[in-house]
Amino acid sequence: MYSQKKLIVSHAPFIHEGSRVPNRNYHIILAALPAVLMGFYHFGLPAVGVVALSVSSAMLWELLANVLRKKEKHTIGDGNAAIIGLLFAMLLPATIPWWFIIVGTFFAVMVGQQAFGGIGHNPFNPVVFAALVLFVSYRNYFDFNVALVNYDFEFAAIYPLTALKTYGVSGVEGFSTMDLLMGNQTGGIGATFGLGIILGGIYLIIRGFIRWEISLSFLAGIFITAAIFNFANPDQYAGPMFHLVTGYTLLGAFFLATEDSSSPVNFNSMLIYGAVGGFMTILIRNIGAYADGVLFAIVLINLLAPIFEKIRPKALGKVD
Amino acid sequence: MIKKSFIGLVKPRIDYTILTDPDPALIDIPQPGRVTLLLEGNGNGELKKGDLLKTGQLISTAKDIFAISPVTGTVENISGWAGDFGQGYTAVSIDVAKDEEFDEQFSEVVKNISLENAVKYFSNLPGKPSFKKFKDPELDIHTIVVNGMDEDIWMTANQYVVQSRVKAIKSGMEALSKITGVNSIVLVVPESQAAAAAAAGVDVKVVSSQYPSAQPKMILKDLFGKVVPAGRNPENIGYCFMSAEAVASISDAVSTGKAPTKKVLTLINKDGGMIIVTAKIGTPVSDVFKACDINVEEKDRVVYGGPFTGSAIYSMEHPILPDTNALLVQDRENIPLVSDYPCVNCGECVRICPAMIQVHSLARLLEAGQYEEAADNYDLNSCIECGLCSFVCVSKIPIFQYIRLAKYELDRIRLAEAEYV
Repeated sequence: MYSQKKLIVSHAPFIHEGSRVPNRNYHIILAALPAVLMGFYHFGLPAVGVVALSVSSAMLWELLANVLRKKEKHTIGDGNAAIIGLLFAMLLPATIPWWFIIVGTFFAVMVGQQAFGGIGHNPFNPVVFAALVLFVSYRNYFDFNVALVNYDFEFAAIYPLTALKTYGVSGVEGFSTMDLLMGNQTGGIGATFGLGIILGGIYLIIRGFIRWEISLSFLAGIFITAAIFNFANPDQYAGPMFHLVTGYTLLGAFFLATEDSSSPVNFNSMLIYGAVGGFMTILIRNIGAYADGVLFAIVLINLLAPIFEKIRPKALGKVD
Repeated sequence: MIKKSFIGLVKPRIDYTILTDPDPALIDIPQPGRVTLLLEGNGNGELKKGDLLKTGQLISTAKDIFAISPVTGTVENISGWAGDFGQGYTAVSIDVAKDEEFDEQFSEVVKNISLENAVKYFSNLPGKPSFKKFKDPELDIHTIVVNGMDEDIWMTANQYVVQSRVKAIKSGMEALSKITGVNSIVLVVPESQAAAAAAAGVDVKVVSSQYPSAQPKMILKDLFGKVVPAGRNPENIGYCFMSAEAVASISDAVSTGKAPTKKVLTLINKDGGMIIVTAKIGTPVSDVFKACDINVEEKDRVVYGGPFTGSAIYSMEHPILPDTNALLVQDRENIPLVSDYPCVNCGECVRICPAMIQVHSLARLLEAGQYEEAADNYDLNSCIECGLCSFVCVSKIPIFQYIRLAKYELDRIRLAEAEYV
């Protein structure tokens, strides 16, 4: 009896489809690359520096968190901190000072995620959370017109959303949607090249790494709300296409609002979640004090996500 | 091994293996030197070491626990045996004699078998037809569903029985009707078998080949339009399920007067190859592997049942049971392990769940041991136990294990509370 072979005994199911979290994360990084590379092309070496420092500092913060929490297995290899660093850098102007990045990734990784228990436990998208903390605290550093003043671009070097806020629709008449979509605008390192973000987003949707319901309803929310404003007063409020391709709209729709942990997973909940996000974005842009409302809107829908998640289908055989 | 497709947008569709070969290869395992029967509960009853048993002879180790001997031989040992979730069994080992003798009492009883005797004499026929439910005064069973589909993917044993023995199933259904008094008996088969089954003159319903359509609760929902309330069983709403093989066994027993003792099962090899095997009930699993030339090494995994719902065994001495429909052998290189990575809320489990449970919320509660909250507000009892959630989990969380553990713990709590009162 005792000489018999020892078999592995475990619970069903005995097969797995093979998907893993690091795999998901690395594909999201891959999908973000076109937009980041365009940022490198437009903003040069300073942009490379910002991205490199942001990704590395985010990973080091996570390492520190692993050490502090006495984790046996360190999680910096799973790509989660790297995504946080990359997406955070994509929101920033290329000339941002180094300490700003390090403080930002601290808020994202340590406060936004690890304080709540690490990956999967964050109530807010850590990137958006950190960017907002710094935006509210040091608003001037996010002023793209000031930050990018020493650049010599081939296109109008004024941040489209500031122009809209300051001069109204007449101030942005010079921008064509196509130019904006192709990245001929100022803004965050990875936020200007709309086409690249859309391609990356479509790749992620097809592979099933992000949920199309959120992206699509977010964009639809923006489009419809902006169209209503535009219809009511075309002189004061810009058209829906302008809003779709400026600021953080596309980045928000495909990379920020879709963050797994802070978004709902039921079909109807996702549609409402995205649509409210788009609606709030335009509301803040058009009648709020800030030029761009994506970050605020996403934090707001993150906050509401558990409530949206209450809208759920009835389980099989459930007795009321 | 099934892998996630490149296009992850559509949710994965997992299909049952459908038997297409009209004459599949069959390996008959030779009679083993010793067989073991597992009977529920502990105790010897009247049975002692050294007792002579004939094929078909009724044995009983405790009140209401019956089995018939699948072989002629001598009781060699009676010992305790631990099953899943610590359930106790009594293992009765029988040394097989050279000449087989059939028990006369069995043939006498089955000639005109009553429900009372069917409970006793048919309880461990191949396919394990259970008649206890028909005796329960609280249950009002009006329909018997004969499942001609296997309960898990990669298995074709039941389909094989339907394909090769549809006449026996028909006469078994008639016998079943006579014994139980239930007139509505329906055979559920996959599309490929429907025409042949209907031609034999039985009532047929066709089930989809997508997993888990052939699970009893899904069959009731899809084919009968009846939803079993959460936490209840099909019997509670008047439907009793029986496997096609069980019905064929009843027919054999009634028509020949001899106890059928050979179990049909699918053997799934390490490389995924499937063979249909017949073996005496009680044959040690090592004998089956020896006869089929399958080499099981240290740290491999042997599973009774299919890849989604089976249970792993710890000993190569484990006998073939009357309801063992498949044996799955996995090489140690191909065993996916679970992890302690947290849930990232990707929602794959919620989208694939056939019972529409909020699996992501449920899993978090179960991880924290909040079983009662999970049952009250997060539909723990709606789970039909298909295992798909664990299969798609990116974090490889053992969700299915948590669910079964929670149900088991809740049952224990309920029992303890009932005793206390």
